[in-house]
Amino acid sequence: MRRARFLQTSGAIVVAFSLPVMHACAPTDPYPDVDSWLAIDGNGDVTVSWGKVELGTGIDTAITQLVADELYVPFARVRLAGVTTGNPNQGYTAGSESLSVGAVAVRQAAAVARGVLLSLAAERFGVASGDLRTGDGFVYVATESKRRIGYGDLIGGRRLNERVTANPPMRAQTSDRVSGTSVPRIDIPPKLNGTFSYVVDVTLPGMLHGRVVYPVQTGATLKSYDESSLRDIPESIRVVRKGNFLGVVATDEWHAIRAAQELRVSWSGGQTLPAMTQLADVVRSTPGTDRTVINLGDVDAALKSATKTVRAEYGWPFQSHGSIGPSCGVADVKNGGATIWSSTQGVFPLRGAIAEALELPVDAVRVIYVEGSGCYGHNGSDDAATAAALLSQSVGWPVRVQYMRADETRFDPKGPAMVNSLQGALSADGAIETWDLHIWSPTHNGRPDGRAGNTLPGMLAGAPAPPIRWIGGDLSAPNDYRIPAQRITITDQRAALLRQSALRTLGGAQNTFANESFIDELVHAAGANPIDFRLRHLDDDRAKAVLEALRGDYQKGRGVAFVHYENTQAIVAAVADVSVDRKTGTVRVNHLWIAHDCGFVVNPNGLRNQIEGNALQATSRALLEQVTFDCTHVTSVDWVTYPILRFNDVPEVTIHVIDRPDQRIAGAGEATTAVIAPAIANAIFAQTGARLRTVPFTPSAVKRALTALN
Amino acid sequence: MATRIRLNVNGKERVVLVDPDTPLLYVLRDRLQLRGPKFGCGLAQCGACTVLLNGAATRSCIYPVSAVGSQPVVTVEGLPKKFEQAFTAEQAAQCGYCIPGMMVGAAGLLQENQHPSEAQIRIALNGNLCRCGAHLRILRAVKRAAGETS
Repeated sequence: MRRARFLQTSGAIVVAFSLPVMHACAPTDPYPDVDSWLAIDGNGDVTVSWGKVELGTGIDTAITQLVADELYVPFARVRLAGVTTGNPNQGYTAGSESLSVGAVAVRQAAAVARGVLLSLAAERFGVASGDLRTGDGFVYVATESKRRIGYGDLIGGRRLNERVTANPPMRAQTSDRVSGTSVPRIDIPPKLNGTFSYVVDVTLPGMLHGRVVYPVQTGATLKSYDESSLRDIPESIRVVRKGNFLGVVATDEWHAIRAAQELRVSWSGGQTLPAMTQLADVVRSTPGTDRTVINLGDVDAALKSATKTVRAEYGWPFQSHGSIGPSCGVADVKNGGATIWSSTQGVFPLRGAIAEALELPVDAVRVIYVEGSGCYGHNGSDDAATAAALLSQSVGWPVRVQYMRADETRFDPKGPAMVNSLQGALSADGAIETWDLHIWSPTHNGRPDGRAGNTLPGMLAGAPAPPIRWIGGDLSAPNDYRIPAQRITITDQRAALLRQSALRTLGGAQNTFANESFIDELVHAAGANPIDFRLRHLDDDRAKAVLEALRGDYQKGRGVAFVHYENTQAIVAAVADVSVDRKTGTVRVNHLWIAHDCGFVVNPNGLRNQIEGNALQATSRALLEQVTFDCTHVTSVDWVTYPILRFNDVPEVTIHVIDRPDQRIAGAGEATTAVIAPAIANAIFAQTGARLRTVPFTPSAVKRALTALN
Repeated sequence: MATRIRLNVNGKERVVLVDPDTPLLYVLRDRLQLRGPKFGCGLAQCGACTVLLNGAATRSCIYPVSAVGSQPVVTVEGLPKKFEQAFTAEQAAQCGYCIPGMMVGAAGLLQENQHPSEAQIRIALNGNLCRCGAHLRILRAVKRAAGETS
């Protein structure tokens, strides 16, 4: 449902929709000048400076399409300036917001720039600007196609000197646009032939190689280290210590790797961890503050008087980002300043964190974004950059730090474990009457936020812990179904067992897993068809169309799930077909069908790539992934102990894209992830009668659930 | 201690002065400026570092440079153009970090089996990990490179 409509129809409701509201008004104000966003040179080539970074999602290509259209220039004439702390600050590249929010200001700037070009041309030709048209980088006199002037000749190299306005005349939704077509991604060819420069490829004169030596037990104190343990390495290694932060630096990368492995270090103390089997109990008993997200009708009275109630609890484990390339950062700290090359999702928040860690003024630090291995949220990138900065400051030379595999898999901030408890009641005719959800979650934000104490090296070096910003635990927790009595409460926890931060969807995957599994339990209780049952409780035509698109793909024995991501973004539904080996408990996902409406589709092939990627990664998270730990430390440290989906187990994926050229762009970077785990769990139930209420659905977990049936 | 080591990489003779126990990957990346092969795990678990050694897909992150000898080394930079064309045509990448290893793994497979079935491609690339979920595109790209355009 649209937000306004939701508020309209739901009466006395308390809704914590703080995120979308905050985001809607973010970008344009601090950068009112068109010249902050784009420049046109003497050849008429356009350079765009914005603040969203390419994470491998195709965003650079998509924004280029949008700007090319709004300015009426060929796609190939638009280039992107790299993202640095010299660009407009558009916050983090996160939350599927690059196009839905980030592109808004850029498109407005481009539209205003076109207006400037029209005025200049009107003056030049002595006609009214209404008698002009733009195309292919030229302004034409509408009635005489031979009278034209190129953008370069009109403005080349000079400032546009105009302010970005909120509602400039925007290009009509016509079919001659490059937006809406599958322009091949500009970053793919160089990535294929080795010429693309990732952050791991940054090389500076005199650059040294660093590695980190982190304590495996959280909170451990560095007692001592023994440099004589490095004497077999044939170069002199620099060991750098700042508080509990420890690193090694060498001229040769292999020597740095050996030094980090061979350095004898003594740590003491640290936090202990509970048994993994107690994870749900620990999550439920972690202290926090209860917050009401939605309170509609009299839930307690409705539950008491209900004839048919259902209750269930769902759990989600800690999960890792699992970036294929361990994080890397390069730093050159000298002469009272620092330059940082990082695959961070936010150059500005990282700049503040590093400035604090180095005790430098913020203005003395410059952060340059360079793409890394895919990150899917807040992985180790910011930490690796901060480590490089501390090491460079200490040795006085540029330092490149790349994590080893165990550094990344053990120390990336984890998507946190959560528990959702649900109670619901059906009316006599099988409609949902009551919905009572309680969520236990810490914040899903551990991002740098401009503070050294939010980075692992900063924390180890003794930076104070910044205040908590609670984000994401209730993401997509409110469902879209018409239910008269509803209550959603979240316990905002003040701590988590493991250092946690943003992983794709934040709490959206767990909340949708719980919601849509519970819907399936209600479907079963009502003896209904899972598509019809959902349709019965939905009002919005776009939501209904998404479910209807899957009607031909659904059949008995398959699982269904639906989400309107964040209640305002993409609308997605999935059908899963699985096979369950009852002897071993192994689940094989054979086929996923996805229906997806994210409004206007800028690049159809790019969108499909995102949907496929979400579907496969979420299949991996649902079937295989959980961070493991013993009583002192994380034990999932590589691809054997933290397995992810492999080719042999990759399902077929069929996608139905519902393009809505007349609707605003909604993000597609996360939404599909949310529906996969519940669709698979519901399919397992449909096949076997066993309800999997905790992710991941490992063979042993499935065997336990099957055994419990007998 | 550093030793002079002669290598044949992408058809060219190269000489490096390096510790003989250094894995081939770091020699390719840091000494020969070949940035196609990537560090992913250092444990031969993910395939991001895959090169062809004497025609066979090999994990360069654990292969000591001193053991290479006269075996020709081929990185993604030395592959026939058809692999880049096929992967581009299928838009078979997201972040792209794993893709050079996938392309080299595919080249190794096609040397043994010019027309692999999809099942055979899946088996051959099962040790190459992709986190973005580009697998289905990669499968199509390998088929395309084998001359079976999809």
